[in-house]
Amino acid sequence: MGGYELYLIPGFPLIASLLIAALLLRRGERVAPFALIAALLGSLSLSVWALSLTEGHRSFSTALTWLHVGSITLEAGILIDGLSSIMMIVVCTVSLLVQIYSIGYMKGEAGYGRYFAYMSLFSGSMLGLVISDNIAQTYIFWELVGICSYLLIGFWYRRPCAAAAAKKAFVVTRFGDLGFLTAILILSFQSHGILGPHAVFGFRPLEHLVGAGAMGPTIVTVVALLLFCGAVGKSAQFPLHIWLPDAMEGPTPVSALIHAATMVAAGVYLVARCYFFFAAAPIALFVVAIIGLATLFFAASMGVAENDIKRVLAYSTISQLGYMMLALGVGGYTAGFFHLTTHAFFKALLFLTAGSVIHSVHTNDMWQMGGLGRRMPITAITCLVGALALAGIPPLSGFWSKDEILAAVWFSAIPGGKIIFAFALAGVVLTAFYMFRLWFVTFTGAPRTEMAAHAHESPLVMTIPLLVLATLVVVAGGLKAYVPWASGGIAEVIRFGHGEDRASSVVMAASMVVAVIGIAVAWAAYRASVISPAAFNARFPAVYHLLKNAWYFNRAWELFATHVVIAGARLAAWFDRHVVNGMVDGVAWISGWIANRLRLAQTGQMQFYALVFVIALIAGLIVVFGRDQSLLTLVMRRP
Amino acid sequence: MTSAPLIPIHSYLVVSVLLFAIGLIGVFTRRNAIAVLLSIELMLNAANINFVAFWRYSGGAQMEGQVFAIAIITVAAAEAAIALAIILNVYRRFRTVNVDQINLMKG
Repeated sequence: MGGYELYLIPGFPLIASLLIAALLLRRGERVAPFALIAALLGSLSLSVWALSLTEGHRSFSTALTWLHVGSITLEAGILIDGLSSIMMIVVCTVSLLVQIYSIGYMKGEAGYGRYFAYMSLFSGSMLGLVISDNIAQTYIFWELVGICSYLLIGFWYRRPCAAAAAKKAFVVTRFGDLGFLTAILILSFQSHGILGPHAVFGFRPLEHLVGAGAMGPTIVTVVALLLFCGAVGKSAQFPLHIWLPDAMEGPTPVSALIHAATMVAAGVYLVARCYFFFAAAPIALFVVAIIGLATLFFAASMGVAENDIKRVLAYSTISQLGYMMLALGVGGYTAGFFHLTTHAFFKALLFLTAGSVIHSVHTNDMWQMGGLGRRMPITAITCLVGALALAGIPPLSGFWSKDEILAAVWFSAIPGGKIIFAFALAGVVLTAFYMFRLWFVTFTGAPRTEMAAHAHESPLVMTIPLLVLATLVVVAGGLKAYVPWASGGIAEVIRFGHGEDRASSVVMAASMVVAVIGIAVAWAAYRASVISPAAFNARFPAVYHLLKNAWYFNRAWELFATHVVIAGARLAAWFDRHVVNGMVDGVAWISGWIANRLRLAQTGQMQFYALVFVIALIAGLIVVFGRDQSLLTLVMRRP
Repeated sequence: MTSAPLIPIHSYLVVSVLLFAIGLIGVFTRRNAIAVLLSIELMLNAANINFVAFWRYSGGAQMEGQVFAIAIITVAAAEAAIALAIILNVYRRFRTVNVDQINLMKG
């Protein structure tokens, strides 16, 4: 199988980005989205074809050598298997719908063409990350999507808070990327010489190496943990989750595509792609599970007290990514990736409905909305679909994937599995609660402001993607049972080792019941006014302030930055100034000192030079002829 | 043409070595540049004595020894002219011909 045409999957959007940047930015901004949409349609059809090629759990890869540097060979390769092809279909689909939506949302915005140029670059980079067959290429695209995220969060760069948020997102993810890069460096040293003279970066060769035990268990554990560091940054996991809520400063379609459906899922994808490392390192898996659990629980609790509609969704995204990590951590490989897929659809949908509301009401504060259900029926209903899916109500897709995760936790042999399960279940309650709090406050009741009272439904170009996404949210759960070209459903396509297929009606019932409880409490508090949230807050001010300030994580990081990091920087600066500079200055000083001594030899006295010259000449003669007696006897011979 | 010399070559070599040594010591010790120049002439003449003596004692078939001696006398004359010109210029610049006072190159 050649498969070189599959390079066009990331190629199309990248070409589109060049085209938009080079030709359409000056004139023809209006055509820009269509170039991208055409590119994405091409990529989508190729991705579907790629999935068809994996029929029967096959996978294949092709690579072109890009450059040689010493013992390192970098390749531009593609790896097509169930994981990458389904991920690419998800990325293309969501990106396509988001671009169509953006035509309406970004209309009349300054920098319309720039927006689509960035979006093209992002789509191409994301697809390049997914299709990559080696870890070095993944890292390159990983950074590319990072820079696109930075550019798009700071799209309205004249607003100081947007610029600050972009910077924060970039810097915080950098913490994680450092780990990722270190992992690659360790691999390049460790794999070097095992399979030949070159370092091994390809996923499949690495899998063989790890499987054959060619790398020690310590190295595998360290590499797995460092890779997970990268994933923690990118997927906004605890404790690096703080950048994602701020990233909501970007345009809403950006949040939907990058900060909900695709880029933030890249961390989960990375863990899934490199799962062979984790499977061989139980400690790393346990860390993944614990970080995932902490993330899902903390983030869900933060979402409860947030009033900005987009930030609620951001916390929700963090929390759901935590579920995916938890699933991967307890061995629920299929469950984690399945949730990634369904989450991409329903969270993109929720963000787009939020964007639709913001577009109409011109505020992010849900308390300045209210009663929008009657004025924006399509938005309200599609949002309800997304909210039900997120809460995990059957038969929507979110239910199936979340249920699989809970089942994976329930059946896992991980230490403290039942406690983890309890927290995961608590997360489900919180999820249902904050999501329906958002829905009830935004769409029901009476309008609280003038703007909300005069809201109107968004144009068709925005509502049609909402309807398509809502349909996908409804049917994506079917992937559990059926995937094209694989009769056994997603568990057949996406599996690690023998896969796992366990279901429990107890778990299913429990997750459903707690979700309904969450929705009921939200209804009681924000719709029926049976419970007064204000009274609760007055009664438990500590809890309220803790949640309201997102557990003070930003504050903690700020203190960390201002004290620990600055102190570290001072130390490094001292080291640089006194040790590194000292060494450089020392070399200069020693040279000067020696020169000062040596220059005394230069007396300026011609006769002294002549004396030295003669002495040296005599010494030279003695060295050359000293042991040769013949010269002397020749002279001394009497005639 | 040539009979066996009466005086052994050693005598010539001793004279030559003494002359050379006197010249060398003069180069090292005399402060006056002209005296230094004179000492160099002594050393050149020591070489001349060697050339002629070796020529005489090696059979004297070829003329190299004498030719070199004449070449050295010629070179010495030319050298004296240039050296005196230099010394003259040094004197104009420094108002002295004492070589130990001319130490611009002192480090």
